[in-house]
Amino acid sequence: MFEPVLLRNVDVPDGHLLATYEAGGGYRALAKALRKHTPDEIIDVVKKSNLRGRGGAGFPTGMKWSFVPKRAGKPKYLCCNADEGEPGTFKDRIIMERDPHQLIEGMAISAYAIGAETAYVYIRGEYTLAIARLEQAIAEAHAKGYLGTRILGSDFSFAVHIHCGAGAYICGEETAMLDSLEGKRAQPRLKPPFPAVEGLYASPTVINNVETLACVPHIVARGPDWFRGIGPDKSPGPKLYCLSGQVRKPGLYELPMGIPLRELVEDCAGGALPGRKLKAVIPGGVSAPLIPERGLDVGMDFDSLAAAGSMLGSAGVIVIDDSTCIVKVATRIIEFFHHESCGKCTPCREGLNWVVKVLRRVEAGQGAPGDMEQLEALCKGIFGNTFCALGDGAAMGLRAALAHFEDEFVTHIEERRCPFH
Amino acid sequence: MTMREKIEEAAARYPDQRSAIMPALLIAQRERGHLPGPVLEEVADILGVERIWVYELATFYTLFHTEPVGIFHLQLCDNVSCMLRRSEDLLRHLEEVLGIKKGGTTPDGLFTLSTVECLGACEMAPVMQVGDDYHGDLDIARIDALLDRLRATVRQATGADLAAAGPPGE
Repeated sequence: MFEPVLLRNVDVPDGHLLATYEAGGGYRALAKALRKHTPDEIIDVVKKSNLRGRGGAGFPTGMKWSFVPKRAGKPKYLCCNADEGEPGTFKDRIIMERDPHQLIEGMAISAYAIGAETAYVYIRGEYTLAIARLEQAIAEAHAKGYLGTRILGSDFSFAVHIHCGAGAYICGEETAMLDSLEGKRAQPRLKPPFPAVEGLYASPTVINNVETLACVPHIVARGPDWFRGIGPDKSPGPKLYCLSGQVRKPGLYELPMGIPLRELVEDCAGGALPGRKLKAVIPGGVSAPLIPERGLDVGMDFDSLAAAGSMLGSAGVIVIDDSTCIVKVATRIIEFFHHESCGKCTPCREGLNWVVKVLRRVEAGQGAPGDMEQLEALCKGIFGNTFCALGDGAAMGLRAALAHFEDEFVTHIEERRCPFH
Repeated sequence: MTMREKIEEAAARYPDQRSAIMPALLIAQRERGHLPGPVLEEVADILGVERIWVYELATFYTLFHTEPVGIFHLQLCDNVSCMLRRSEDLLRHLEEVLGIKKGGTTPDGLFTLSTVECLGACEMAPVMQVGDDYHGDLDIARIDALLDRLRATVRQATGADLAAAGPPGE
């Protein structure tokens, strides 16, 4: 039986308070890191754990940290990506609302490893309760000496600041987030230079997701072998899965990485709503290509989902049943990407506008022969030709819908109506 | 604290004043209800930054309102997870009972109705944000009860309380 790690405090009364966190062993990993390990040893421990970023890209965290130059001659920064905007995702909100000290301890250890004295938590402005809880937790940690100057008697000093976003999905893209933090419109930057070398204020910067940082204290406390022993060796660890949509028990579930998607949807979340059948599942937020019901035996980890033509992304699992029109879902997803396109590059800005127009007319029963080819041509024009992953995510998702549910699109065009209305 | 003091306190967290524009705009919007040109210029002057920098942020990020919004800004999520839980029915109902279309404000200035992208609370879909609060697992009966509660808060409030709650416009 798997014991929750990341969610162990979320249902505890006052789980967000320092006293509760300390009673559960909180901040002992920070003390251990500062007293027994050098920063390089911490990086090494995280590398050995095979922790991969939980924000969506799955980049190895320890490797990311090791790219930060040792002697930069400039301040280094840690940024926590808490701009959780991927539709279908709510895991970071729940960590921050109910167990914010887990994140703060993770940030403190991570900052010690990379040599940063300042962190900014970029948190979406809508998350007012999470912001209030995190502010309170930072103040508590400061008062107890877990943040501030010479933490726990060491030479390490560290401050955490909250920076509220103001409603832009693109801020989840790490270089757009940096521009936003610098007070500019959020648009992605050209890479290289990578943030580890030139990030915030042109200083070395590490950007990690909330859940990624929350894993760090546990890895330091229990060791990398423990972490690697959970789930697949190349994509290990406890993992938060956000279940939503047409499923009996939507909610946040913590299970090992690699659990079969079918088990997650049918056993944990209770399967389809009464009288309905599963039709498709989006496994990792709307950027992840949907998987038809017959493909649900895939493991929920970075490599297995990539091999199956989708991705783990943010593990926002959206369940779609047989009462729902896939053309309508695809249209809504592309409308989202179109709305959130930052406007910097033409294939994304103009291409998605065009895709929305075609999809809306197909869904409305006004599609024309040639629309399928048109959609494929537009996907081809967008995919691989955009500045950041936003356009790619949109094109990949649409291609999966077209490939797996071609007959539904064709029926809309041939019968000149939506068969679900 | 005055608005200026709050903004200066927020600005102290950054090595560069330009970074403080976003927090300053959030503070100004809480104080003034929305962000018309003169407020944007006031923010620019407090921070000592270019006015165009402030304008470009106020018109890029969706949480900033350069036009007045109602005392209660009903922000209904209609992204995929909420759509799959029939948020469309709720939108139609809200438009009907409030007598406005999405994007509109009721003539009494009480309610502005918007649809928004994912609020990150899909476990309680369909969900709507009103002010700072999330309301989840909504259906038509719960929407009606919520509107009644919101109207009652205003009826109980004195003029001064109402002003403190953030009135629309000048």
